[in-house]
Amino acid sequence: MYWEPEAETMEREELEQLQLERLEATLNRVHMNVPFYRRKFDALGIDTDDIRSIGDIRKLPFTTKNDLRENYPYGLFAVPLREVVRIHASSGTTGMSTVVGYTKNDIKTWANLVARVLTAGGITKDDVIQIAFGYGLFTGGFGIHYGAERVGASVIPISSGNTARQIKIMQDFKTTALICTPSYALLIADTIMEMGISVNSLSLKYGLFGAEPWSEAMRKEIQDKLKIVATDNYGLSEVIGPGVAGECLERNGLHINEDNFLVEIINPETLEPVPPGETGELVITTLTKEAFPVIRFRTRDLTRLISSPCPCGRKLMRMHRVMGRTDDMLIIKGVNVFPSQIEHVLFDIEGTEPHYQIIVDRKGAMDDVTVKVEVSEPIFFDEMKKQNELMDLIKRRLASELGIGVNVKLVEKKSIERSEGKAKRVIDLRKI
Amino acid sequence: MLKIKNLESGYGKLRVLRRVTMHVAQGEIVTIIGANGAGKTTLLSTISGLLKPSAGEIAFDKQDISSTPAEKVVFLGCSLVPEGRQVFSSMTVKENLVLGAYVHYRRNKRDRVKTGIEKVYGLFPILKEREKQLAGTLSGGEQQMLAIGRALMAEPRLIMMDEPSMGLAPLIVKNIFSIIVKLREEGNTVLLVEQNAKAALGIADRGYVLETGRIILQGTAEDLLLNKDVQRAYLGRDLDTETTL
Repeated sequence: MYWEPEAETMEREELEQLQLERLEATLNRVHMNVPFYRRKFDALGIDTDDIRSIGDIRKLPFTTKNDLRENYPYGLFAVPLREVVRIHASSGTTGMSTVVGYTKNDIKTWANLVARVLTAGGITKDDVIQIAFGYGLFTGGFGIHYGAERVGASVIPISSGNTARQIKIMQDFKTTALICTPSYALLIADTIMEMGISVNSLSLKYGLFGAEPWSEAMRKEIQDKLKIVATDNYGLSEVIGPGVAGECLERNGLHINEDNFLVEIINPETLEPVPPGETGELVITTLTKEAFPVIRFRTRDLTRLISSPCPCGRKLMRMHRVMGRTDDMLIIKGVNVFPSQIEHVLFDIEGTEPHYQIIVDRKGAMDDVTVKVEVSEPIFFDEMKKQNELMDLIKRRLASELGIGVNVKLVEKKSIERSEGKAKRVIDLRKI
Repeated sequence: MLKIKNLESGYGKLRVLRRVTMHVAQGEIVTIIGANGAGKTTLLSTISGLLKPSAGEIAFDKQDISSTPAEKVVFLGCSLVPEGRQVFSSMTVKENLVLGAYVHYRRNKRDRVKTGIEKVYGLFPILKEREKQLAGTLSGGEQQMLAIGRALMAEPRLIMMDEPSMGLAPLIVKNIFSIIVKLREEGNTVLLVEQNAKAALGIADRGYVLETGRIILQGTAEDLLLNKDVQRAYLGRDLDTETTL
């Protein structure tokens, strides 16, 4: 099932022509309408007329989150405010928020792209969709909402929070699809079990999760606990919001809406493109946005591109699920550590819960890492010996995965604070 | 069907087209809109081989035609209905049509000339009535029909039209445009250059907005009609007045 079969199954040659047309038009517009880009290009002696192929994009400078902050609030808009019909702002978990705008056409485009992602994830007009993403300035709620309406599904705009109510509505309204962050999906799943509700009594079939990195093991757990097909989707407010990429039911990488977004993978340190298929930072250029186009935006998300054909028939290239962020990459004792690596290890160990926290501190001159892990009840109340065995096992596995030694602390189930939005996995207490 | 990449063209030292990338797929009506002097006619002249591009690629059915002379481009199946009709005024309507069938004459397929004329008369019955009249005595609308008919005589797979609405009364424009739609329904592909953006976007599938030799917007006709820049610049809507009301 495709939402826009023509675009989703377009041959590469045709797609590249379309990308080039749209890239050139976008560059002409930003040069004309956004002083920030014009000044930047001029300062570097770049004539946008010299961008004549998709590969030429490498001649252009990157745009960073910091550029967006410095132009707060409307500095990077490419149209006058009276043509903007919607304003969103990034969640701003790390620092000042950034503001983005949409024209009428942008809202239409956005709804369509989200509709593609939803359709790829199994959603049809017959579904009852519970959107447990926050509504408001965050793009997640409204982004999915408009796409779901476009598909023609019945939308429950419940927003995030109040888990007991989420579950009651899920039961009463016969929700067939749940949309939220993966960590919140797990919280809902656990709460359902605690409340003694049988998952079989629910109508849930599909779950589309995004807005934070998660793992294959976490998918398995969500699918098992909620008895659904869970797919990953990707987006960010600086680019458009949800709708940038999404998995099909093959669940083996996220199809990028390449006719609307030009992607590159770069080495975050050298800023050079990585060899095809290798992991690096995702960089995105918008090809159709009117109000808020971005040129070579550094997402800080780490992924790799999968160019092999997908059995679903979509010709849009896939990206691997986001493996971590370049900026929450922890450098511990000189070693790059991603929280997702730790998560991966924990999932494979019997007796642990998928809730953990990484606390980084400095003892003297040395980095010191403690991983707090929730354990399942049966083990916790058993004798010390079993606890120590588990602790040692986790330590050993983490040491072999990360290449550094870490402390492990087992904590009671539910003792790590649950989040209704993005889970806070890392607490860095180091003062540099 | 037609694929253009980074086309640059102009007259002598005057560079009119800076960098144009666009395409037309089989069976589409694609329109190029833009103000006077944006480079619309230069674009069509360059595609049809009347002007030689200084850089860039033009592929017609995957064949490079960027340095193909105009008469060969017609042979390949790409015909132009030029700006201001350019009918041969001192010749009759029928003679004008026969001239359009020059490719068949050259290929010794003279029977195709006869069936071609029948077809054009079917599309524009008024031309049959005026068959023996000198083209110069026709009204503007009739001359436009003749110019289109003449281009169709070569049985092109892509028909390019330069400002077919120019100087015509609104009712005639409507008539001409409904014929363009009909041509598409019969399987033709049309590239339409127009200053009358509203009429053009009304019948087109997709469009490009050309401004000072560069494409600044592209998209479905529906999206372009919704775009505020297009509305302000080409559809004559004064948005500033509207917002203060």
